[in-house]
Amino acid sequence: MEPFLEFKGVEKAFGDNRVLRGLDLAVGRGESMVILGGSGTGKSVLLKIAIGLLAADAGRVLVEGEDVTDLSEPEWMNVRRKVSYMFQWGALFDSMNVYDNVAFPLREARVHDENEVRRRVLEKLGLVGLSRWADVFPSDLSGGMRKRVALARSIVTEPACILYDEPTSGLDPVTADTINRLIRRMQEVLGVTSVVVTHDIASMFKVADRVAFLHEGVMAYVGRPEDAKSYGHPVLTGFIEGRSPDESET
Amino acid sequence: MRFGRDWQEWRLWRGLEYVGGLSKLAKDTARSMATQRWEGAQIVYQMDVLGVQSFSIVLITATFMGMVLAIQTAYALDAFGAKLYVGEVVAISMTRELAPVIISLMVGGRVGAGITAEIGAMKVTEQIDALRAMGANPVRKLVVPRLVAVLFFLPLLVLLADALGILGGYIISTFELQISGRFYFSHAFRMLKFTDVLSGLGKTVFFAFAITLIGCYNGMTAGGGADGVGRATTFTVVLSSIVILISNFFLTKLFLAL
Repeated sequence: MEPFLEFKGVEKAFGDNRVLRGLDLAVGRGESMVILGGSGTGKSVLLKIAIGLLAADAGRVLVEGEDVTDLSEPEWMNVRRKVSYMFQWGALFDSMNVYDNVAFPLREARVHDENEVRRRVLEKLGLVGLSRWADVFPSDLSGGMRKRVALARSIVTEPACILYDEPTSGLDPVTADTINRLIRRMQEVLGVTSVVVTHDIASMFKVADRVAFLHEGVMAYVGRPEDAKSYGHPVLTGFIEGRSPDESET
Repeated sequence: MRFGRDWQEWRLWRGLEYVGGLSKLAKDTARSMATQRWEGAQIVYQMDVLGVQSFSIVLITATFMGMVLAIQTAYALDAFGAKLYVGEVVAISMTRELAPVIISLMVGGRVGAGITAEIGAMKVTEQIDALRAMGANPVRKLVVPRLVAVLFFLPLLVLLADALGILGGYIISTFELQISGRFYFSHAFRMLKFTDVLSGLGKTVFFAFAITLIGCYNGMTAGGGADGVGRATTFTVVLSSIVILISNFFLTKLFLAL
């Protein structure tokens, strides 16, 4: 499969804390890749490097074969029109209502026809079940609803690739399932490449074509989700079974 | 001993880093203003929040400043039998020094703190990253509208303060010093030159840059949640006040030399 997004020997440290230590990963075009890993292992950092919100200390990042590692901020703008990012806590703009939040990327992409903007915003809000909440401000929404608005905002421009940072954490199982189905649908219908960072094992099995397990700064496993448990990596096995490695040894 | 030297080096390094960051923001802002479309609706909104809503603070500050200045001047001049010339002193002091500096300090505290708190809250909730992730330039979206609003309104507010300060002096002259209004105003405007007003307004352009850029930069670099935003906000008020007071000395020398 032709890779859409590639990380080659990526390193990133914050002070003495070396979070990524020569990480390699390739995500195919139209593939749904789930990145698993414990808290603080650098999953979100990896996504932020992929979209240029953080710079890698070493290594290369390629989008559609183009090396984007050393792009300047204005040059990143073109990449960010192809790759969108759903933030873990939504990162909705407090000063705008739900409609304007979702319309924001379209207006930034110079979609001038307000009828077209309206059609696309209401369509995406409908997909996440929030059509009736368009006039409400983010402060009046629950955490789960904010997350769904963030999802609508990340898909409204119908980008080639979407990076989801913990899309189902903190959601009830029904809403989480709706989000999982939507991620799958975006991939199957529109051929969107998806990179999903999650702790949610149920979500992983529903969404993933392949799974990458981030441990000690490198990908300790990359492969099919159904093979992950039998791979034999104690931390990964513990992660999937919800047990600590110490527990599995005793 | 070694620890003390390390600490000083660390502070020096942080200071240089801060100045470098602020200079880069100033450069990016100038480039954005020159090359990218302005956010008209945002500029109007910021003019309301930062400018129009500062009118009441200017009204109270300037009027009472003029009144106090008239009382103190009359007290000092009375020793020489020159109490009648209070109008000249009030007019020149207000336009050249007091209105630009005090109003910039007052507005700077209010506006600068507000800017840092708002942008800092956006920073710690990843809204600034979200702007970047959606292909928007945070400098164009956040800094330029605020800078344009403050650049437009601060001179206007200082001009208003000039008038209100002179009016405050008139109130004291008439009701307490028994100087006629006609005499007060004729003396006030006899000495006052256009360049006095202009030099005061010229200073406010520099102060507007300092207040807005410090406020925006501290917000955009805030970290550590609510505590970090609180510290950044306090730092904005302290630093913008210090910059206004120190730069005022050099600007005064400059305008007198021109």
